[in-house]
Amino acid sequence: MSEISKAPPPELFTLTTDQWTKPFWEAAAAHRLVAPKCGCCSTFRMPPTPFCPNCLSQALEWPELSGHGVLYSYTIVARAIIPEMAAHLPYVPALVELPDAGGVRLITNIVGAPLDALEIGCPVEVVWDDRPDGVSIPCFRLVRTD
Amino acid sequence: MTIRDKTAIAGLGSTPYYKRGTSLPQTLPELVCKAIIAAVDDAGLTVKDIDGFAYYSEGFDTPYLMETLGIPEIRYTATLTGSGGGSAGAVGLAASAIVSGMAETVVVVGGTQMAEQRFGSLMSAYPQTPENAFFSSAGLVGPGHMFALLARRHMHLYGTTREHFAEVAISTRLNAMRNPGAVMRKPMSRDDYFNAPMIADPCCLFDFCLETDGAIAVVVTSTERARDLRRDPVRILASTHGGGRDWGRALYWMNMPDEAFASGGHAPVARGLYAQAGVTPGDIDCAQIYDHFSPMVITQLEDYGFCGKGEGGPFVASGAIRYDGGSLPVNTDGGQLSAGYIWGMSHVREGVEQLRGTAVSQVADAELVLVTGGPSSLPVSGLILAK
Ligand SMILES: [Zn+2]
Repeated sequence: MSEISKAPPPELFTLTTDQWTKPFWEAAAAHRLVAPKCGCCSTFRMPPTPFCPNCLSQALEWPELSGHGVLYSYTIVARAIIPEMAAHLPYVPALVELPDAGGVRLITNIVGAPLDALEIGCPVEVVWDDRPDGVSIPCFRLVRTD
Repeated sequence: MTIRDKTAIAGLGSTPYYKRGTSLPQTLPELVCKAIIAAVDDAGLTVKDIDGFAYYSEGFDTPYLMETLGIPEIRYTATLTGSGGGSAGAVGLAASAIVSGMAETVVVVGGTQMAEQRFGSLMSAYPQTPENAFFSSAGLVGPGHMFALLARRHMHLYGTTREHFAEVAISTRLNAMRNPGAVMRKPMSRDDYFNAPMIADPCCLFDFCLETDGAIAVVVTSTERARDLRRDPVRILASTHGGGRDWGRALYWMNMPDEAFASGGHAPVARGLYAQAGVTPGDIDCAQIYDHFSPMVITQLEDYGFCGKGEGGPFVASGAIRYDGGSLPVNTDGGQLSAGYIWGMSHVREGVEQLRGTAVSQVADAELVLVTGGPSSLPVSGLILAK
């Protein structure tokens, strides 16, 4: 039986936002996965920035996504390079492509997955890591295909 | 106007390479000054001749160096933006100062001391910002965690394997074993490699560069003036820095299109570099490739056209990068994986040694050497040195 991936160490991250990133994290707190979409030319971008790189519009929409994605790449962290990591191993930093947001990628984690089941191209779906500080972080789990 | 072949490296100076923290109680500025003094002495100049500094990765405090070393006046002090990606490009920055007449004797210096912040957990020391929330929330503590994501994608797309990474690590170690100045000189077998702890799967301990202390400086001046100085000039044939938007913030963005994602981000810089130099990859005699992580040597070999896209794994497996019998010996001093991590400057140093004919693992008749800066957020950079 292969080890199961955990959520990353919460101590290493404190959320700060600006007016361009705040809607993402506010939606996350309500367990809604959203991504910034240009209000002019409909191009998605991630992470959020003040201008559309395609048309330079500042108009922005935040459509709610299905939460389904595809595993683009991942790494398995099984060794603590700083002490705060030790109780949270192994964890799996990953890139997840969001087909319903134009294929933009989230830098995220795969949680609750047997390490030997991880494979690029796997379908994944969002789950929420509700942290002690009130911040919720979108993570993903493998979607069973059996 | 270009900088092509108008300037040269006239002096080279280095401290020893120390295992992390063991350079204490010397200070980092002290190590930097020692490298500068050695470099101007090697050129047959004195510190009073220095009239410019070119840095990368935030550089050093020029007025402090002037105060400490007694440099009377400087006319140029500039830093390439970004981090270790600029190590090779800082030499081009120095050349541009000389070609434009802004300075005559420019020192490029790099150094590192890891007594406080270890490079391996660099990202955990970054202040929290709205921008980095999108990667620090994922537990990406060190650069190794980030490059592992690129390495795995390269494996997935092209069939690259850990055997290929092992070949980079082992061939580099073989070079370090011949270098008395290298920090890691123990033999490394294939079994040693595969038995090493996995730090960020698929990257194990031996895919990571060393954590070391030290400083290296070079003196850049016009080729014409360099001919009158003590050492044979090593000509700066070409240097470029920058890169494409599809690489951009790279590790901090992770939205690079597939082809750029599984690369070293150097392709645009490489094209410009060969065009400026008027040479092709086949003309390069040996390459000093920024090796913070062994998979990124493979991706840069592709970016610089030594093999096709996705063929970097089989290329190294063929023995091509070995000092003994390889068509393109790579990191002949033992690189940052095994000799010492001096933020890219050891590659500049080894380029100079090869062209002077003073390298420990001397490539016979070396006339053109490629030096690269680190795959990182832009700029990345390249340098071609010539005999
Ligand atoms: Zn737009």
